[in-house]
Amino acid sequence: MTLQRRDFFKIAAAGSAVLVAGKATASTESTSADFSDNFGVLVDTVACIGCRKCEWACNDQNHLPTQELKAFEDKSVFARHRRPDKSAYTVVNQYPDPDEPDKKFAIKVQCMHCNAPACASACIVGALEKQKEGPVTYDAWKCIGCRYCMVACPFQIPAYEYDNALDPVVRKCTFCYERITSEGKKPACVAICPNEALTFAKRGELIQLARERILAQPDKYEHHIYGEHEIGGTGWMYLAGAPFTTTELPTLTSEPIPPRTEKIQHAVFKGFVPPVALYGLLALGMYTFNERKKKVAREEDRHES
Amino acid sequence: MSHDIAVPVKAKFFTKGTKVVFGIMVAGMLAYAYRLLFGIGAATNLDDQWPWGIWIAIDVASGVALAAGGFTTAALADVFHKDKFHVITRPALITAMLGYTFVVIGLLADLGRYYNVWHPMLPSMWQGNSVLFEVGMCVMVYLTVLYVEFMPILVERFRGKVNLPGMLAKLNSLSERLLTLIDKTFVRFVSLFIIAGCVLSCLHQSSLGTLMVIAPTKMHPLWYTPISPLLFLLSAIAVGFPMVIFESVLASRSFKLKPETNVLSSLAAYTPFLLGTYFAFKIGDITIREVWPFALEGSVQSLMWWIEILLGVLAPVILLAMPKVRASITGLFTAACLVVGGVALNRINVFLVAYKPLYSTNTYFPAITEIMVTVGLICALVLVYRFIVINFPVIAAHPIEQPAMTVGPNLSPVAAKRNK
Ligand code: SF4
Ligand code: SF4
Repeated sequence: MTLQRRDFFKIAAAGSAVLVAGKATASTESTSADFSDNFGVLVDTVACIGCRKCEWACNDQNHLPTQELKAFEDKSVFARHRRPDKSAYTVVNQYPDPDEPDKKFAIKVQCMHCNAPACASACIVGALEKQKEGPVTYDAWKCIGCRYCMVACPFQIPAYEYDNALDPVVRKCTFCYERITSEGKKPACVAICPNEALTFAKRGELIQLARERILAQPDKYEHHIYGEHEIGGTGWMYLAGAPFTTTELPTLTSEPIPPRTEKIQHAVFKGFVPPVALYGLLALGMYTFNERKKKVAREEDRHES
Repeated sequence: MSHDIAVPVKAKFFTKGTKVVFGIMVAGMLAYAYRLLFGIGAATNLDDQWPWGIWIAIDVASGVALAAGGFTTAALADVFHKDKFHVITRPALITAMLGYTFVVIGLLADLGRYYNVWHPMLPSMWQGNSVLFEVGMCVMVYLTVLYVEFMPILVERFRGKVNLPGMLAKLNSLSERLLTLIDKTFVRFVSLFIIAGCVLSCLHQSSLGTLMVIAPTKMHPLWYTPISPLLFLLSAIAVGFPMVIFESVLASRSFKLKPETNVLSSLAAYTPFLLGTYFAFKIGDITIREVWPFALEGSVQSLMWWIEILLGVLAPVILLAMPKVRASITGLFTAACLVVGGVALNRINVFLVAYKPLYSTNTYFPAITEIMVTVGLICALVLVYRFIVINFPVIAAHPIEQPAMTVGPNLSPVAAKRNK
């Protein structure tokens, strides 16, 4: 049920060697896949008032350690830059507006549900998967806890339960997968947002909407939809009133990340050919050198006798 | 007995030195137990920004690289039939076998759900796009191949000698038959396994270098290169022989054996070429990607890069290019240490020094328990190695007390006949 089409590995016995090879052709290699039908969210940081209700709704929905809704009105947390962690899939941070220093703007951060997720490409067992509806989901049962996904994510999103000795899991935003697919509802954070800072829709529609907002108030908005093209596009996209370099969102090119390793990987394993060829070459070498040695030995014997 | 026939080394297992090593190993085991009981968070300084530490950089990445002597020596002696080097294939094989075993033990400490380590074997979880998947599968299969390659040694040791005491005596003929079976199957086809080992090694040694290619925005430009897998492969091939030299010199010191100076210096003669190739690719890569300015930026990263390239690569290339250095055990050992240290430093640089989290608020330095586990594993490896060479026919060398000078470094006539 993944969006990426993977031709899974076959194990072939070549000689006595068991070689693992893949002739996977992932869609992440071709950027032709159209993600406009995927679910997405547009985060309009101009409309965001930094009320942190989304944090509460998320904790509540995902049974994370939480407090009463009222406690989230506390603005003192903004003094520190926070990141999502094992007990918070989303956090809101606040930054001074570079144009009007006494004004602030807030930005909600969480997993971006990338079109070509590096985390899923990295995961050794496919515990992280891009679903066809858009969300990147995590299956703790498969996970071996290698944390390669954390190395791979360009937004530094996956968090780990380091303090859990027995069955630690990777923690990140689920995009309320069940809620938005089988239950047909909006994600919990979007549902609670009082100010239309969060809009939940199909990705294609969101890009339209974002363009309209920029066109309607070109002075107010930065002319850039963050996530439309970044690393091949993301499910969650942002609008801002100031350059994105003043936010915590990293500056990224439009080049998706997974092909960087997948191309190498698939070249090395192209239909088994390189490993089998190497095997054959070495076997041939072994045989030839052995024959030569035997010949030399025979000749020596003849000389001796 | 001819020069190239391996015999169990006559030595006591426990000496003053081994007792110290044993103590450190026990400390490491305690730290390992602490990790299992209290979790990675308690035992390491890892966090959400720094997901990988020295257990990956040293135990796994450096461990795999330094175990490369197994396949490079096998390729030289068994594939290219340079018979002179047969005396070192067994020590190299044991190093590789133990090296990989301890890589896996080290990796298990780092896996949050170590009991799921077998998951990548399930076809339903195969993830052909994951570099780590390929590394994992190759390492697993290669480890099996290494144990198969160990079979001849096992057969040689026990065949015709199984003599279990008392009640167990009934099992004697059974074990004999088992050994004969192993001899008839695995041992006969061991060359096929040896080639498989070479292929598998090339695959995962290079793939280890692909791992960090997935983090373009977090890696320092000096090490972020699409040819990283090639550099890893070249350096693994280059470090193989120096590692054998390093370990052989240490073993002969410890067991008071005559070092195989002639064989080792012939082996070292390949290094300037192999390591030189690696050096050329490394410099070419930096030049083509136009990242020289980063080498001059004066950061910790640039300093580490210079140490790696000058001390760990260039210096040993120059040293080992000199016949005089290759002829002396001290020279060989010094140069071998530089190569081994240089490649290990490269792995540490790639996995730790080059890694920069996006929102770093701290830097990573290993916790005491992390260091204890790593050092403890190395000590355990040394001890198991010692146990094996004392009990199995691995090393072919003469004790210093009775130097068999009549037997040249080349094969004695008897052995040469035997090898035909
Ligand atoms: S933001 Fe990170 S964790 Fe989320 S889908 Fe993208 S790569 Fe994966
Ligand atoms: S930690 Fe789990 S989810 Fe992340 S890459 Fe490893 S196996 Fe996959």
